Amino acid sequence: MVQLSKTLSDLASDNKKALVAYIVAGDPTPGTTVPLMHTLVDAGVDVIELGMPFSDPEAEGPVIQLAHERALAHHVSLRDSLAMASEFRQTNQTTPIVLMGYLNPIEFIGYEQFAKEAEAAGINGTIIVNLPPEESGEMDPILEAHGIEPVYLLAPTTTDERAEIVCRASRGFVYYVSLKGTTGASTLDIDDVAEKMSRFRKISTLPIMVGFGVKDGASARAVADVADGAVVGSAIVKLMEQYRDDPDMLQSSVKQFVRELRAAID
Amino acid sequence: MTNNSGAEAGINESLFAYPDERGHFGVFGGKFVSETLMAALQNLEAEYNRLRKDDAFQEELKRDLSEYVGRASPLYYAERLTQEAGGARIFLKREDLNHTGAHKINNCIGQALLAKYMGKPRVIAETGAGQHGVASATVAARFGLECQVYMGSEDIKRQSLNVYRMKLLGAQVVPVTSGSKTLKDALNEAMRDWVTNVDNTHYIIGTVAGPHPYPMLVRDFQSVIGEETKRQFEAQHGGLPDAIVACVGGGSNAMGIFYPFLEDRSVRLIGVEAAGLGLETGRHAAPLSEGSIGVLHGNRTYLMSDEDGQIIETHSVSAGLDYPGVGPEHSFLKDVDRAEYVAIDDNEALEAFRLLNRVEGILPALESSHAVAYGVKLAGQMSADQSIVINLSGRGDKDIPTVARIDGISIE
Repeated sequence: MVQLSKTLSDLASDNKKALVAYIVAGDPTPGTTVPLMHTLVDAGVDVIELGMPFSDPEAEGPVIQLAHERALAHHVSLRDSLAMASEFRQTNQTTPIVLMGYLNPIEFIGYEQFAKEAEAAGINGTIIVNLPPEESGEMDPILEAHGIEPVYLLAPTTTDERAEIVCRASRGFVYYVSLKGTTGASTLDIDDVAEKMSRFRKISTLPIMVGFGVKDGASARAVADVADGAVVGSAIVKLMEQYRDDPDMLQSSVKQFVRELRAAID
Repeated sequence: MTNNSGAEAGINESLFAYPDERGHFGVFGGKFVSETLMAALQNLEAEYNRLRKDDAFQEELKRDLSEYVGRASPLYYAERLTQEAGGARIFLKREDLNHTGAHKINNCIGQALLAKYMGKPRVIAETGAGQHGVASATVAARFGLECQVYMGSEDIKRQSLNVYRMKLLGAQVVPVTSGSKTLKDALNEAMRDWVTNVDNTHYIIGTVAGPHPYPMLVRDFQSVIGEETKRQFEAQHGGLPDAIVACVGGGSNAMGIFYPFLEDRSVRLIGVEAAGLGLETGRHAAPLSEGSIGVLHGNRTYLMSDEDGQIIETHSVSAGLDYPGVGPEHSFLKDVDRAEYVAIDDNEALEAFRLLNRVEGILPALESSHAVAYGVKLAGQMSADQSIVINLSGRGDKDIPTVARIDGISIE
């Protein structure tokens, strides 16, 4: 079993919920990212989603858009993001890293070359936001050949018919985007999430992670109660913005915040 | 992706067979969007496929194009421009005479009617120079729809006249401050709005780009240009023109005039991109001439990206051509060799802008001036018994301050 599936199945056998954290590679500076990845793990994160900066992050709200802009101000590329993952892997070989981003930089490198370099960098999964399963027929087998698990998204508007397509294409887990808007938008409707979970559980046995709208211990707890894990993104990225000029405060505030989430979901 | 493009796909099949049911033109096009948008696109696709065959819808569209937009627009034999070029006869398709002064309204009327038939009381649009924003605000006023227009904050500064016009039309202009603060960012922001408000909102994309079904439906609404041209040319001159020339930003006016001629293989179809300060400078907006294949705004197409795959900023004196991508059907027509794509720089376009004023008494938009510049060049290389049609996609009143500034004159 590959690392992402293994980690999630181990958590499930221990009756634990997964805590997934999203950061953008190179935000606010390239030097921040690798120490931050270790901080996340130390504070209790199970899976890291590493965002690849892109000039046009179409599906993101303002908080994460700005993170992409901060990273791009340092010209952080897809290959730079992979180099950060590689450096992290020197001392941590077990925490899964899911690379999250947009298709264009990958098209530029070429699917095969990308998969090869991502595997070498210790990447375990991908979430390519603007690559739905309908368009991923060429990408998926290439990723699989390199031991990388593609994760696809479910949305509140996803029909049962499409949910089947999405779950069939997904490996590791499926990612339920719990809000109709962009990342960081409004508040979480937990009853709605619970209703969707019971629908999706009939369609697939894959673990379901819920993201978009998790901003504190209470919302993480609420999500973990109905799903297999919670993804936290904008709330961490906000700390990058707040402490962009203070690397020590940045690391310590993230540590404290993630610990609070961990405690809430355990 | 494999790089065999659409080349072998198009050879034995009618070019009218595209896009396929997945929205692909060969390897181009498609639906490269986040899951949050998929349901909205599928719904739009289903509704459009129903309404395109609905008599009431088509009747209403026809009536509005005639009585509100003022169609058909004339096909005009430009005698003095022909003399000036010294070769093929030059005809101008006068989209500049449409209500609101450009071809953009053809698509906006169609999409506003879609919104009405789908029961959506609100429309949103993105705009660069403000032309599509004005056209969207206009049709929203005409149909009593709420309208919000997303516009880059940089563009808002440069286009205060159109911003004010949209407000007069009752639309709300929303400044976009992310990214390069221009058209591509406005498009991103409009998509984000649509994701959030899809229940009551239709997104009027202004060009033949974006995810399927937009490239198809915008093309269909703009095809009225080519259908009229075909009829008018036959009536006025007989037969088919030898070449059709149109400017290409996203490419909606070009797609509209090209489309009915796709299977008339004797007709050369030539799209003119903006070479800006010159293709060699890198400061241009010519993805078909100089770009590479990538994915942006929901479709695979030729794009202007840097070596890391980041979208780069474009340059053109004409704001309407200042876009780093191009409609996927143009990418397809290029790769199957059905259309040719060339580029005209800022100076050549400005010269053509002045020339058309001087010899024909017509004030062209700077976008359309790119087509005029290449058309005159091309006509000069052809013989007097040949004919070309230039799509004069819009009028140039909006560009007078820009040109005056270049001439050192400040107009308030």
